[in-house]
Amino acid sequence: MSMSQEQLLEMFRCMVKIREFENRAHEMFLAGELPGFLHLYLGEEAIAAGVTAALRTDDWVASSHRGHGHLIAKGGDIRLMMAEIFGRSTGYCKGKGGSMHIADLDLGILGANGIVGGGIPIATGAALACQYRGTDSVVVSFFGDAASNRGTFHEAVNMAAVWDLPVIFVCENNLYGVSTCQRDHMRITDVAERGAAYGIPGVVVDGNDVEAVYEATVTAVASARRGAGPTLLECKTWRHQGHFVGDPCAYRDPSEHEEWMAKDPILRGTRMLIERGFATKDAIARLTSEIKAEIEEAIEFGRSSPWPDVADLLTDVYSD
Amino acid sequence: MARLNMVEAIDQALRQEMDRDDTVIVLGEDVGRDGGVFRVTDGLYERFGEDRVMDTPLAESGIVGFAIGMAIGGFKPVAEIQFSGFVYPAYDQLLSHAARFRTRTRGQRTVPMVVRMPYGGGIRALEHHSESMEAIFAHIPGLKVVIPADPYEAKGLLTSAIRDPDPVVFFEPARVYRAIKMDVPEEQYTLPIGEARVVREGADLTLIAWGAHVRTIKEAAERLAADKRCDVEVIDIRTIAPFDAATVVASVKKTGRAIIVHEAPQSGGFGAEISAQIMERAVLHLEAPVKRVAGFDTIPPLSKLEDLYQPSVDLVVDEVIATMEF
Repeated sequence: MSMSQEQLLEMFRCMVKIREFENRAHEMFLAGELPGFLHLYLGEEAIAAGVTAALRTDDWVASSHRGHGHLIAKGGDIRLMMAEIFGRSTGYCKGKGGSMHIADLDLGILGANGIVGGGIPIATGAALACQYRGTDSVVVSFFGDAASNRGTFHEAVNMAAVWDLPVIFVCENNLYGVSTCQRDHMRITDVAERGAAYGIPGVVVDGNDVEAVYEATVTAVASARRGAGPTLLECKTWRHQGHFVGDPCAYRDPSEHEEWMAKDPILRGTRMLIERGFATKDAIARLTSEIKAEIEEAIEFGRSSPWPDVADLLTDVYSD
Repeated sequence: MARLNMVEAIDQALRQEMDRDDTVIVLGEDVGRDGGVFRVTDGLYERFGEDRVMDTPLAESGIVGFAIGMAIGGFKPVAEIQFSGFVYPAYDQLLSHAARFRTRTRGQRTVPMVVRMPYGGGIRALEHHSESMEAIFAHIPGLKVVIPADPYEAKGLLTSAIRDPDPVVFFEPARVYRAIKMDVPEEQYTLPIGEARVVREGADLTLIAWGAHVRTIKEAAERLAADKRCDVEVIDIRTIAPFDAATVVASVKKTGRAIIVHEAPQSGGFGAEISAQIMERAVLHLEAPVKRVAGFDTIPPLSKLEDLYQPSVDLVVDEVIATMEF
C-alpha cells in the first residue's frame, strides 16, 4: 500500500505542526510563561500523525498525559490549546484544566489524561458505544510502555477482546516510564506480546517511520471496522526531552540521544520527501515557516486572552 | 400498587427505565444470566438480552472506566459493583475521570452514568461486604451520592439517578434489601436528588440519618413518643451529595438539638459535615451539643460484634435522653 504525495505531505505537515508547537511550548515554559506541567511529544510525532491519518473525523482518540501531538493530529484547534496551556478563559477547559485535560468531543477527542493508563477503559467503553450504534467508527487509545503495566490496560484489553470491540490500543513505547527503563519495568522486549495473552493481534512497528505507523494502523482499523476486534499496536520511539519539562534526564545515556536523534521522524520524513521528489528543501522550509506563523498566532491568542473570572471557579462541576 | 421489597423496587425501576429509554445499559459482574448476586437485576437479561444487560469480566476499574466511555458515547450505563467494598479499584475512574469530565469540556459534555452497589452492615457478612464508606465519595466534587432508605425511595431515586446528567453513585443498603415491603406505585415516578425528607415532625430534637438507619431513628422516635419522653423530628437525608443543608438547619433552628446517626466510622464520616453545617448556620439556636452516634473507627467486625458496632435503637434512645437532659 503506497501512499500518495498528497497523503505524505499532509502527514509531514502534521508532524511539523506538532514539532513547532512543542518547541514553542518548551521555550515558553522555560521562560516561566506557562503554569502547570508539560510533557512534550517531541520525537514521537510520527505516531500521532501516522495513526490519525488512518482515521476519520467520526473516529475517536483517547490521549495520555503526553497528549499535545494526538490532539493536534486529530484536528484540535491550536489556538484553544495554547490558550488552555496558558490557563486563559478562552482555552479548551476555560483555563482550568491545562495541558493534560484537553478534550474536544466534536472532533472525537476524548481527552488528554493526567492519570497514566486512565483513558484505556474509557476508550474501550466509547468503542462499545460505536459498536452498539451500528456505526463502523473506531477508537484509538494512546498510552505508553509503563501504562501497559497498569491494571486498567489489562482489564480494558481483555474486555475489548471478549466483546470484539473496535478499538486500537496504540502503545507509544518511548522506552521509559518517567526514569525507569523498560527493561527494568517489564521482562518482555515487545509490549505487543501482551496481545497474545488476550487473544488479539500484537503488532510491532517503527514508531519513527510515519508510513510504517500509518500502514499498520490502516490494517488494525480495517479489522476493527469489520468487527474483527481490537489490535495492540506497539510503536517503538523515543522522546527527545525528559518525562516533563525540567526533567534533567540523568537516567539516560548520552549515546542514546545521538542514536535516536539520527532516527528523528521529521529528519526521516524530510529525507523521504526529497528522495521521492515529493518536495524540495525550499518547499519544506516554506511549509515550516507557514506553520511557525500559525503557531505564533495561536500563542498570541493564548497570551492575550483573559484569565478566568472568579465566577468560573464554581462553574461546570454539576449540571445544575 | 404492589408491595415490594427494595430489591424488587430497584429491579422494577431498571426495567421500566430500560423500556422507556433504549440507551440505558446495565453492566457488571454476574448481572446478566445470573441476575446479580442479590438478584437485583433479575429478569433483565431475559427481557433485554445480552446487548443491554452485559456480564462483564471481574474488573471493577475496567467496568467503571468502560461505563464512562459509554456515557460519553451517548449511552446511560448503570454499572453494578457487587459490593461497595469492591469499588476501590474503580475509585480512580470515578474521582479522576467521571467526576471531572464536565469541567474538562467547558460544561459541554458530562457523564450520565450510575454506579450502584449494595453497602453497609446488618447482613452478617464481613469486612468488604459490610462497610459504609459513602463519605469518601461525597468528598468528590462532580459526583452525586444517593442513598435510599426504603423501597419507595429506591425506585424513585434510582429513576432520577439514571436520568440525571451527572455521574451518580447509588448506595443500596443491603440490610434493607429484603427486610421490608411497602407499597410502591407500579407507574414510574422520580424523587428529587438533593432534597432531604422530613419523615416525622417533632419539636424537641432532630434525628438525622440515611440508608438503613432511617429505620433506626424512626423507631427510636416512636419509642420516645410512646414513652412520652420527647417529640423527635426525623430526617432522611436521601442524598449526601448534593447535601440539603437547608432542611436540616431549618429543623434544628426549630428543635434546638440534633443527633446524627450513621454506621460509617465516626471520624471524617458524613456526620461531621452535617454537624459543621449546623454549627455554622444554627449555633445560636442550639440547646445542647450536636451529637454523633456512629460506627467505631475500626474495620467492620464479623457478626458477633456487629450488633455492638452498628448504631442501635437503644443507643439512639439513650443519646436522645442524654441530649434532652444536657
